Parts: sequence; C-alpha cells; structure tokens
Amino acid sequence: MKIYADNAATTKMSRTAIDAMIPYMESVYGNPSSLYEIGQDAREALEDARRRTAALIGSSDPSTIIFTSGGSEADNQALLSGAELGRLKGKMHIISTKFEHHAVLHSLKRLEKAGFEVTLLDVHEDGLIRPSELEAAIRPDTCLVSVMYANNEIGTIQPIREIGKICRDKGVIFHTDAVQAVGHIPVDVEKDNIDMLSASAHKFHGPKGTGFLYARKGVRLTSLIEGGAQERMKRAGTENVPGIMSMTAALEESCSRMSEDSKTLTALRDRLIEGLSRIPHSVLNGDPVKRLPGNVNFCFEGIEGESLLLLLDDKGISASSGSACTSGSLDPSHVLLAIGRIHDVAHGSLRLSLSEDATPEEVEYIIQAVSEVVAYLRGFSPVWRDLTSGKKEFIL
Amino acid sequence: MALYSEKVMDHFRNPRNVGVIENADGIGEVGNAKCGDIMKMYLKIDNDIITDVKFETFGCGSAIASSSMATEMIKGKPLSEAMQLTNQAVAEALDGLPAHKIHCSVLAEEAIKSAIDDYNARKKAE
Repeated sequence: MKIYADNAATTKMSRTAIDAMIPYMESVYGNPSSLYEIGQDAREALEDARRRTAALIGSSDPSTIIFTSGGSEADNQALLSGAELGRLKGKMHIISTKFEHHAVLHSLKRLEKAGFEVTLLDVHEDGLIRPSELEAAIRPDTCLVSVMYANNEIGTIQPIREIGKICRDKGVIFHTDAVQAVGHIPVDVEKDNIDMLSASAHKFHGPKGTGFLYARKGVRLTSLIEGGAQERMKRAGTENVPGIMSMTAALEESCSRMSEDSKTLTALRDRLIEGLSRIPHSVLNGDPVKRLPGNVNFCFEGIEGESLLLLLDDKGISASSGSACTSGSLDPSHVLLAIGRIHDVAHGSLRLSLSEDATPEEVEYIIQAVSEVVAYLRGFSPVWRDLTSGKKEFIL
Repeated sequence: MALYSEKVMDHFRNPRNVGVIENADGIGEVGNAKCGDIMKMYLKIDNDIITDVKFETFGCGSAIASSSMATEMIKGKPLSEAMQLTNQAVAEALDGLPAHKIHCSVLAEEAIKSAIDDYNARKKAE
C-alpha cells in the first residue's frame, strides 16, 4: 500500500488545478502588461482570479490581494511591511509566538537586527496561545502582531477572531500566517479581524511557487522585489499567470468541498489518534479538538523519529518528524519544544497529515504499521531498556 | 537520489549483531538522548580477541547503520586492532554518509573505544 500522509508538507495537485493551468501556457500565454489581445486576455484572467481569490477569504475588495511566489514570500512581505509602518510612527515593538513558521521567525530575527524589539508569546501545552497574554503583551509602541492561523506541525488552530479583535481594538496591525488553514478550514478576513494574511497554493492541491498576501485597504505594503509596476507596484516581476489561475481553481474547489471533506477527514483523524494512543508511552501533541482536520502528531518515548520515518517509508507510508536528525540541526522541532516537550521525547515525534481522499483502510494500515515499527525500534533502543528496567523514569 | 547509500539502508534495515550480551566483558555507552543518539556496545572478549559483540542504538538511520557496520568490523578481531577503528573507516565501509551524519560514525568509534576501556578497567580492578 502507498499512502502519502505528508499533506502539511505539500499536496498532490488536483486535476482541476492542473487543467486550469494549461490554457495559460498553451494559448493565453501573453504578458498581462502587454497591450495586444493575448496580453490583455491574460490580464483579464489575472484580475478575475484576484476577485475570486479575495471572495474566497471573505474580502470584497480584489485590490487587497497581491500574488506572490508562495507563503514564505508573503510572510516576509507582511512582516517587513508591518514593521515599516511601525517605524514611520516610531513604534518599534512586534509580538509573535514561539512556534511560528521559520518564514516568520527568521524575518523577525532580521527585524530585530534592524532595531525592532520582538516579544514571542508562550504556547501552552495544548498548542494554543492565550489571547489574554497577547493583550497583556501589547504596549503603546507595539506596531504589529503576527500569529499563525493553524500550526504546520501540530495542527492547532488559534483563536484568530479573538486575537484579531484585540489587535483591532488596540489599533495594532494583525498578520496571520494562514498557509495551513486556507482551503482547509473556514477563513474570513473580515469576520476574523485580519489585516494581513499569507497563503500558499501547494498546501491546497494547487501548484508550488504560487501564493498570495492579503492586505486590508489602508495597510501599505513595502515591496520586496523592485523592477516593475506589477501588483500595484508592490511585487515586481511578470505575474505567474498559469500558477495563479491554477491556485484560484484549487482554492475554489477546496472551499466548495470544505464542509464535507472536513467532516470525513476529522472522523479519520480521530480514529488515527485513537489507534496510535494505544501505543504505550506515547502522547498526542496539540489540542485534540482545536486542530486541523487532517493533522495527527505524536511523540513516542524511547525511539528516534528519522528511523521511524525510514521504516514507514519501507511500508509505503510518507510522513514527517520533528526529530533533529530530519532537520539537519542538533535541536528537535522548535514547535514541540515550545509546547514543553523535552528534547528526549521531541526526537521521537511523528506527523501524519492526511489528504481528503484518505480511506478508513489506509488509517487502519497506518495504525498497524506505526505500532509495529515503534515496537521494533524500542526492541533495541538503550533508552527504552533503561525506561523499562526502571533505571530511568518515563516521561510519557 | 536516496538520502543514504544502499549499504547504509541495508545495515539499517537488517542490522547485524543487534541485542545484548548478558555477561559482557566490556560495555560502552555514548551519546545522549538530548541530542537524539545513544549507542551501547557489549563485548565478549577471550584472550584479547573480540569473540562476540552486540549493540543497542537509539538514533537515526545512519546511527543504527554505523553501529551495525562497526560491530561487523571488530567481530573476531584482536583488541589492538579494534582500538584502531576510525569513524572514517566505518563511514567508508558504508559507502559514505551525508555530511551532517558523520557524527553517527564518530559515535560508533567512541562506543567501541568506551567498551574496550570498560573491559581494561575491569581487568585492572581484578
């Protein structure tokens, strides 16, 4: 059996998304900035995509959408823009969280070097931040708050509407990295009080290298790429029309199927959680309910994640881990550390992110395979020996 | 391109000399769970010859493969020869390791040396 269970990393493109691309490579291949017909046809398609994309996230104003090369670029641009607006008013304080994506955390590092002060909010063991703690952290010189909509590793969904309301009331710009949320759970920039939002096409069955940044009217963006008047001077470079058309089609499809898909997916997720919870000395990472429909993330004590992934790969299962060995550094996932998992346990993590076409049979197969591999690896783990012999105390 | 060589995957999938020697003459344990790798080596020694060796490893694919390969390279060898085993030799025998996984072969070398040290210390105490 072949099971791709790493949909938080990337997704398979949908047929709809692939089909939507082709006309803009084959026939309507003109440059949207050209004045002749196929250029203007491409322009028209692009502006239509902008209207549709805006509507899908609850914005009635197409000019709020800037197409980018993906989520990381959108995050970089959002943070830089928010900071720049702060600097103009002499406000040099930014608030974010400890478990953001590195596109946000590394941008914040850069801003710190440029003189900004950054407060990273604690994430509680349930994988959620507390709005009251955010409120308490906002200062008169706070210019920007950035909190991810749903976490990419442990799938927890933050109380975005409440966070947005606090920021709106305090007059602070609110950005959310919604890369894992858009196309999977309902997102509404108006109701959620969002000023800026980042999204990425390949997380919802669209193409890689395409994404967008939403910026509410009045939030002035700073350009990262100079060299042309595209995207209202906010993002130079000939627009990726095939990618944008494809992303729009993928998002439309994901949103139209969302309520049905999330019901079946949530049931499969819960069955997977139930099955894996039977493995002794294991723990689910993140709140069991306030999480993305397809996300399951566990720590298994006494084993290391990379060897787990390799053996699951041998059994046809593609998954991911927050172990140091898979990250190329000596530290395990900053997300798992942020929710209080200590190193020893964080190395033994497994993330399974199901796709909408996952089946109950696949879920049973995954439960069986993970249980077998964990038991096998524990069989010759000196850590497990020490735990079972009582030489060391179990953490989980 | 796969992450690891065929050799690494072979030793990872079918590790040689896995397990414990109950009345081992020397035991060495290196690494720590915080960093994500622990190797434990058990030696049976007769007349300064390593007659049996077993290992237990908590770690990634290359850590398990390095332990397995290292045990094969010292089994049946005199202690003096086993002491000479280098991490490069282990890595080469595995047809190479990715740059950020070289420390796994270093751990294998250290685990063997630590087990031999333990044997020598015990002998001295006798």
